[in-house]
Amino acid sequence: MPIEILMPALSPTMEEGNVSKWLKKVGDKITAGDVIAEIETDKATMEVEAVDEGTLAKIVVPEGTEGVKVNTPIAILAVEGEDASKAADAAPSKAAEAPKQEAQKQEAPADDAGGKARAAADEPAVEKEAAKVPAAPKTEAAADPDIPAGTEMVSMTVREALRDAMAEEMRRDENVFIMGEEVAEYQGAYKITQGLLQEFGPRRVVDTPITEHGFAGVGVGAAMAGLKPIVEFMTFNFAMQAIDQIVNSAAKTLYMSGGQMGAPIVFRGPNGAAARVAAQHSQDYGAWYGHIPGLKVVQPYTAADAKGLLKAAIRDPNPVIFLENEILYGHHFDVPKLDDFVLPIGKARLHKAGKDVTLVSWGIGMTYAVKAEAELAGLGIDAEVIDLRTIRPMDLDSVIASVRKTNRLVVVEEGFPQSSVGDFIANQVSRQAFDYLDAPVITIAGKDVPMPYAANLEKLALPSVAEVVEAVKAVTYR
Amino acid sequence: MAVAARKASATKSKADAKSQAKPLAAPSAPKPANFTREQELDAYRGMLLIRRFEEKAGQLYGMGFIGGFCHLYIGQEAVVTGMKMALIEGDQMITAYRDHGHMLAMDMSPRGVMAELTGRRGGYSRGKGGSMHMFSKEKNFYGGHGIVGAQVSLGTGLAFANRYRGNKNVSLTYFGDGAANQGQVYESFNMASLWKLPVIYVIENNRYAMGTSVTRSSAETDFSQRGVSFRIPGIQVDGMDVRAVKSAAELAVEWCRSGKGPIILEMQTYRYRGHSMSDPAKYRSKDEVQKMRSEHDPIEQVKARLTAKKWASEDELKAIDKEVRDIVADAAEFAQTDPEPDASELWTDITL
Repeated sequence: MPIEILMPALSPTMEEGNVSKWLKKVGDKITAGDVIAEIETDKATMEVEAVDEGTLAKIVVPEGTEGVKVNTPIAILAVEGEDASKAADAAPSKAAEAPKQEAQKQEAPADDAGGKARAAADEPAVEKEAAKVPAAPKTEAAADPDIPAGTEMVSMTVREALRDAMAEEMRRDENVFIMGEEVAEYQGAYKITQGLLQEFGPRRVVDTPITEHGFAGVGVGAAMAGLKPIVEFMTFNFAMQAIDQIVNSAAKTLYMSGGQMGAPIVFRGPNGAAARVAAQHSQDYGAWYGHIPGLKVVQPYTAADAKGLLKAAIRDPNPVIFLENEILYGHHFDVPKLDDFVLPIGKARLHKAGKDVTLVSWGIGMTYAVKAEAELAGLGIDAEVIDLRTIRPMDLDSVIASVRKTNRLVVVEEGFPQSSVGDFIANQVSRQAFDYLDAPVITIAGKDVPMPYAANLEKLALPSVAEVVEAVKAVTYR
Repeated sequence: MAVAARKASATKSKADAKSQAKPLAAPSAPKPANFTREQELDAYRGMLLIRRFEEKAGQLYGMGFIGGFCHLYIGQEAVVTGMKMALIEGDQMITAYRDHGHMLAMDMSPRGVMAELTGRRGGYSRGKGGSMHMFSKEKNFYGGHGIVGAQVSLGTGLAFANRYRGNKNVSLTYFGDGAANQGQVYESFNMASLWKLPVIYVIENNRYAMGTSVTRSSAETDFSQRGVSFRIPGIQVDGMDVRAVKSAAELAVEWCRSGKGPIILEMQTYRYRGHSMSDPAKYRSKDEVQKMRSEHDPIEQVKARLTAKKWASEDELKAIDKEVRDIVADAAEFAQTDPEPDASELWTDITL
């Protein structure tokens, strides 16, 4: 039987890739270990080695083909004793079959964010999110008042928006530089810093050793001396090694020095649960850093917010924790085409106006809120969706104004439930708008367990759209 | 199907070639500097100011004017005084919480320091930092840090800023024998050496990390060798002799300014008092302390030389003593009478 060579999944999150080059041609003898082709994802080019011996009978997917689904046969190998030309005629016996988990996910978009595989941070080279999946169903999103009416919009990924924000600020201010693991020559573990080394050189795009505690401190010291560092953590899970420098040195120096010196620094990187990377790589730090006076904490959802708020964070004279999300990196959003698009830190964005219930979320939590909103619309419930965007300082005014209108509040986040950001919001709303509430505030969070590895358990550990919908039904007494 | 990852744009790192470097060229310890009369008198005055200031701080602590933790520098005065003699405008200094002497050596005002100790509005941090957390942007003093070892990464960052700006300034990053066992010290050593940052790591080995002697806490008690794995040279210096400190400082400063990267100076010194005001120092004998005081006191050494060379009469030395006491008395008076910060200060300086 001829052997089908299938498009490999090069990471837990890869769903498709490009066949960029065939290194063997039809008729070539192949032994195990031979590099036969190069496969390109949006983050890296990988070499594919043969595991079987034989003769390359047919190339099914020619080089240059883009968007080849994982498990699609890309070539046929005739094993010893077989006629290569006959083997080539053998039609691919089975269609591309996505792993069961992937298929389930497509049927249940509600659980998309949770079920989607996400690459481990320390082997990120080939991660590929479901980038082409629209981040939100096409409901009418409210216009951002910070974007002038009539501004031309361009579609881009969160990844590109973050890169553009840094590049623009580095062009604007010589004191801005970026440091972190793999930010320069590797072009970024998640390709956020792609091209920055080429444009700005190694003085301003600095690869560090794997030494979070140390380079966070070096960054804060440089900031105290007046530079404007952007410190990239490969993920915020690793920033726990550095949390003393972030909290004790960066956040407190302005106060402890009586206002003489502070740390104008941005700590950024992917935060929160990645997919199938289990407990130590899956944690949302919004509540942790949101707890600390002296820090600003930004957690954007859209590419426009990522760009406008990262630019603001870099210009901000205070330490800013900028919590990104790996799943969102590949999502496309409209971004205003403006020469200098800067958004205010500490201001929520009305994502969609509504009258029956207020849904508050931020970061990847918005994916649940937005999908729930669409589902609720089908049930005749008109939800208002507020994207908080910033955890600290928090725009409670916008939340409270909305609650006074809708009289109901559901908060959605991926972090752990105890002492969560949602708990703080619920407390503030109960104190400042108690008389306006027609139902208790419900906070939806991740489950109170370390993140499990198994796909089904992981899905259970994260919030779901169904939970949000149920919560809204409960507070609207439906 | 097996795959092998490689970089999208495989660029052969230049770093590979340079890693096969020559053996570490460590400078040898220089001889103690020959001081002029003026230098001896300056050193005497500077060290005496620190000593009298610290004695006064100890008194005010006992009277309840200073609260919390208060770590005195008595015995170690020659270190900061000698180091300061090699600095130029713009050089930065950073240390941990035994910081009063460092601030005075950086010409910060005794009033401002003492009033911070008493938590008054005229303190350097307007009363919000205290003994352990004090800064002066104007005098390039970057703290004053309460977390053991944290200042080492921060000081390395100050050096990073110097290299980034292409100036000739050097970061003097002080830490003790205790902090020398913190992990981030070595993370910082690695980066400083890798990037050739102009930082002098001044390890003040006063023999005790709080109550634990170096022999009980450190596998390698020669702290000048702590940088060997990172190709950082180190020198052991008699930290009780201000002339030895000054010549080592000049060598180290020149080493950094000429672009050779970091260097370590192990200052062999001694603190006469306990770790903090609340430490009875039962972990060492009274004889040990007395022996250091009588045979190695940094101030007495200068005084003896001034007298032997007839560079200063008894009266002149007394005049300096009085001048210093007056400065300290004025600072103490200010620190006791200056008002506490306004209640509104609670909410200022959190973010800009």
